[in-house]
Amino acid sequence: MSSLKYESQLREPLVKGSKDYHQITEDIVQPIEIKPGKLWYIGFYIAVTLLLFGVWSIYNDVVYGIGQWNLNKTVGWGWDITNFVWWVGIGHAGTLISAILLLFRQGWRTGVNRAAEAMTIFAVMCAGQFPIWHMGRVWNAFFVLPYPNTRGSLWPNFDSPLLWDVFAISTYFTVSVLFWYTGLLPDFATIRDRAKTKLRKLLYGIASFGWTGSTKHWQRHEALSLVLAGLSTPLVLSVHTIVSFDFATSVIPGWHTTIFPPYFVAGAVFSGFAMVNSLLIIVRKMMNLQDYVTIGHIEAMNKVIVLTGSIVGIAYLSELFVAWYSDNRYEGYEFFYNRANLYSSLGWSYWGMIACNVLSPQIFWFRKMRRNLFVTFFMSIIVNIGMWFERFVIIVASIYRDYIPSAWSVYYHPTVWEIGFYCGTFGLFFTCFFLFSKYFPVIAIAEIKSIAKVSGDNFKWSDKTTEIEQLEPEAFAHEYAH
Amino acid sequence: MAKKKFVVASFDDEENLFPAVHAVRKAGYKIHDVYTPFPIHGLDHALGLRETSLHTAGFIYGITGTSTALGCMTWIFTSDWPQIYDGKPHFALPAFVPITFELTVLFAAVGMVMTFCWLCQLAPFVKKHIFHPRQTDDLFVMAVECTPSTNVEELKDFFKDKGTVHLEQQEAEAGWWWGRFDREQQIINENAVEVL
Repeated sequence: MSSLKYESQLREPLVKGSKDYHQITEDIVQPIEIKPGKLWYIGFYIAVTLLLFGVWSIYNDVVYGIGQWNLNKTVGWGWDITNFVWWVGIGHAGTLISAILLLFRQGWRTGVNRAAEAMTIFAVMCAGQFPIWHMGRVWNAFFVLPYPNTRGSLWPNFDSPLLWDVFAISTYFTVSVLFWYTGLLPDFATIRDRAKTKLRKLLYGIASFGWTGSTKHWQRHEALSLVLAGLSTPLVLSVHTIVSFDFATSVIPGWHTTIFPPYFVAGAVFSGFAMVNSLLIIVRKMMNLQDYVTIGHIEAMNKVIVLTGSIVGIAYLSELFVAWYSDNRYEGYEFFYNRANLYSSLGWSYWGMIACNVLSPQIFWFRKMRRNLFVTFFMSIIVNIGMWFERFVIIVASIYRDYIPSAWSVYYHPTVWEIGFYCGTFGLFFTCFFLFSKYFPVIAIAEIKSIAKVSGDNFKWSDKTTEIEQLEPEAFAHEYAH
Repeated sequence: MAKKKFVVASFDDEENLFPAVHAVRKAGYKIHDVYTPFPIHGLDHALGLRETSLHTAGFIYGITGTSTALGCMTWIFTSDWPQIYDGKPHFALPAFVPITFELTVLFAAVGMVMTFCWLCQLAPFVKKHIFHPRQTDDLFVMAVECTPSTNVEELKDFFKDKGTVHLEQQEAEAGWWWGRFDREQQIINENAVEVL
């Protein structure tokens, strides 16, 4: 969507190199039309192997029950719910990029939104696995749905945050898929119309729904995108808010906190952007898309990471402050003995979280670091490890020492099947992502074309710009900035 | 649906497109449609298309979602199967907010996308005539419908100085039909014989 009418000449171009419209199509569609390289196959097979390991783990879980995981009466939510919250968090960046940045008229979203939205959908798919298989008797999973049933018409509890989760996550998944797919229609049509093989013409013909690019259709498409963005903006904020309600509405010290919704949302954006960074750094290299996902894009995401990382940092400090200021002995025990004490059983996870989420992202205050791909990639991994620690700290560190010492579960550790399940979701995620990068346009072709003229390399500093725009930045500032 | 005659003019720059659209409309020709690879702002106004009311439809779907969620939960918890959970009242409005919100968004989004597909006739296996294979790539394609009173040669001459890169005459089905893009164009009604 062309959200920019005019863009300052002082801004970095979003599309590099001298590109006309046809060149943009070529660059983005070509990787789909040729056979993928060796790296793609290696990555894909590793992902499928992980996925199969996950399937095997889940098979064990279903056959023998969730006692296969080391969960017990005290630690009833262990790795599984940790991973659930972690994956849902990662699934936040895509919709944030495509919806909120659309409303904020951020032109750079066009280069990364397609891949980020795909990542969101796959991450939510992974997240959904955990609560479903955690049910144990998974064949009864449909009990969570409100339908007139034969159990005396007993309904699910609409007052329960766990049921809100069901609605929030399924709505989020549905709306994300719709948003993503409507954006894909014109790009599928582009691939269809230049396809050389019959099979490709057939498949992309089906997938494109018969899109022609008619003016009226574009007008409706723009209206639809805008409204879907407007709907998705509160939706994306609501999803992690509701996930945080799972904890915040309980009475467990460490969970019973009003700060949770904004804290979870900031953390979600933080980890989501880190994941987008790690994926896009690989994809842009693998598919030669450096002209579309520029260092400027990476830098913009790093800015979001340092902002949200600092927000979660403030949240950690607020929690500690309130635990002290409330003078509540259970809160104090939870925060100062179970978490912040490095020598407690799970103290390592708290300090790992602080190091990964709060301290290390501060490196992005330096422009050189924000624009360094190696540092960015390394940091994106660190941030996601840190966010996993955060979920683990919140969930397990809050419950593993129950009120009665005899119920303590200090030696909670996951079994191979619990870890295998987690690896399996990585397999699912990367299998989907590899297939996506092979068969789908990784960058929104139509959207890139619509910003090519306002933000393309060859249109900046050209004779198409006015005299004022051609001034050097210093001269411009001297003349016009007061 | 029937076949129609079109003069198809293709442009490679949207800057030539706007004056051409203006001139064609001023000359009184009937523009069937303009096909572009990406949305061109203002083109809908230049073509005299009215604003879409998709937003209004979205609002109505949203309201439907709100009332469905609130209505169902209220009915279930106050009359169908009243239970007390956590000491909350049967009609616990604050606890109904999250699901109400989610269903509002869900109904609005799903409804709008379905309406969008319905209005634009978009579905798997829908086939339409593609006037130029590059209309989804880099060309801006204007299809002008030739009515019985149109002088086709005159219309072609008219486009000469309008900056077109490609100009041709086509006979094509204007609507949509069920079909596949890997096959040659098949129009269901093409060979239809009137029985009476």
